Amino acid sequence: MKRLLNNRHFLGLLFMLPAGVLLLVFLTYPLGLGTWLGFTDAKIGREGHWIGLENFQFLVGDAVARLSLFNTVFYTAVASVIKFALGLWLALLLNRHIPFKSFFRAVVLLPFIVPTALSALAFWWLYDAQFSVISWVLTKMGLIHRYIDFLGDPWNARFSVIAANIWRGVPFVAICLLAGLQTISPSLYEAAALDGATPWQRFRFVTLPLLTPIIAVVMTFSVLFTFTDFQLIYVITRGGPLNATHLMATLSFQRAISGGSLGEGAALATLMVPFLLAAILFSYFGLQRRKWQQGGRD
Amino acid sequence: MADKELKTEGMGYLESLPRRVVTLYLPLGVFVFVLLFPFYWMATTSIKSNEELLSHEGNPFWVSSVTFEHFRHLIFETQYPEWMWNTVVVSVVATLTSLAASVFAAYAIERLRFHGSKQVGLAIFLAYLVPPSILFIPLAAIVFKLGIYDTRWALILTYPTFLIPFCTWLLMGYFRSIPFELEECALIDGATRWQILVKIVLPLAVPGLISAGIFAFTLSWNEFIYALTFISSSEVKTVPVGVVTELVEGDVYHWGALMAGALLGSLPVAIMYSFFVEYYVSGMTGAVKE
Repeated sequence: MKRLLNNRHFLGLLFMLPAGVLLLVFLTYPLGLGTWLGFTDAKIGREGHWIGLENFQFLVGDAVARLSLFNTVFYTAVASVIKFALGLWLALLLNRHIPFKSFFRAVVLLPFIVPTALSALAFWWLYDAQFSVISWVLTKMGLIHRYIDFLGDPWNARFSVIAANIWRGVPFVAICLLAGLQTISPSLYEAAALDGATPWQRFRFVTLPLLTPIIAVVMTFSVLFTFTDFQLIYVITRGGPLNATHLMATLSFQRAISGGSLGEGAALATLMVPFLLAAILFSYFGLQRRKWQQGGRD
Repeated sequence: MADKELKTEGMGYLESLPRRVVTLYLPLGVFVFVLLFPFYWMATTSIKSNEELLSHEGNPFWVSSVTFEHFRHLIFETQYPEWMWNTVVVSVVATLTSLAASVFAAYAIERLRFHGSKQVGLAIFLAYLVPPSILFIPLAAIVFKLGIYDTRWALILTYPTFLIPFCTWLLMGYFRSIPFELEECALIDGATRWQILVKIVLPLAVPGLISAGIFAFTLSWNEFIYALTFISSSEVKTVPVGVVTELVEGDVYHWGALMAGALLGSLPVAIMYSFFVEYYVSGMTGAVKE
């Protein structure tokens, strides 16, 4: 018995047991079950029967499902690009020599750590059609004459939820990129400056290449979180107006849990997987490839 | 740390003050203002009276008469305290279970190097990338079958699906930084693997444990979609779900109470975060960097 406990293969499996069992039962099995449910007509409280591709055929012909796909792609693309740009800018600002640096860094991360569902409530209130403080300020400045209908008009609503998503995501991008920036030795900048590099050239040819690997990882995560976002939409618009802000995640919740057709919702969730993989591969390899172009390994 | 900060100053002294104001302080100020404004708005709304909230007169940025009526309503007339208690119980239990399971898993993968540990490590990373929004439907079916629907167990057992991959991945990084020689010495002195883990590796990995614990706690506190799907009775709800589903009633929104609820629900994680900022940041960036 004692020898067995010092055998690393046996002990390794023993140590893996608690995590392994939990993950197999509540992660691997549901992943498979979810795919299977997509091919059945399961309803809440009723076992499903195999119906082949019927759910998928229905979803392809369903205008709301197609709209939700468009919304998800649009939401992810716009929000990710802006989050990256603003996040990189904020990281560069925080990397400069400023007083109370650690205080600023701590404060900046706040939107990321508070519960999203609760901060989304604050945005809902900020976007209120009658009492929005944003409209109030713009009216007082004389820029607009009527209060903006943030959540009543399809395109306004789309951009409003994108803005809320950006607000929540920028701190994450900025703090991760800041960690990457801090590993770049200042002597590289001094050397570049001595060679006559302008600030832009120092950014383009020193900072950016050294930062690409971490940008690839951070943006992969960011795209992943944005593509599967649920809370912000559920709290701020519930998919409205006229399904204009429904993402695939919120629509599958509506169909499966509120509507009771587990099979259809599961099919919709399964449909997210290929797009998700494509988005991850794109952002990961698209950015990672630069690594070897710059002479790094791999 | 101080050394590092001095170094990053680099060529900053070459800049003139006006230039610094325009390129640094102004944009930074705008960033901080925008990022913090919703919190300010939450706080002021929660202490305004209903009449003030629904009037178009006066300056909305100031509070003319402070009232704690919304907080009183929340604590004595709704189930808010119960939601708070549920959230604490679920978060603490889920975090501790996940942390324990992750310590063993990470040690096994990183240090015992059993057959197939590499593949298991990769599988853990892939598990980390599986989003809850594609898992909640089949999980709902499983939770129902297990008979734990509408109980705290539903959340305590499902939260580890995203906590364990995260904590394991983070702890693997920490364990990797502990020199092998320490363990070899202990093995020569006749220590068992268990003694090595408890007496050598864990004490050295305390910062990693704190990082993983804090991060896991905030992740479970903030969790929304599982809590929304697996719980239907008000008395078992967590704070984020309770505030969103129970306080929003009809067409008249009680903004004061809603914002008070949002503020109170955010405070515990914000306070915890303020005490452990460094650990939190290293947890977040560590998980991304590896």
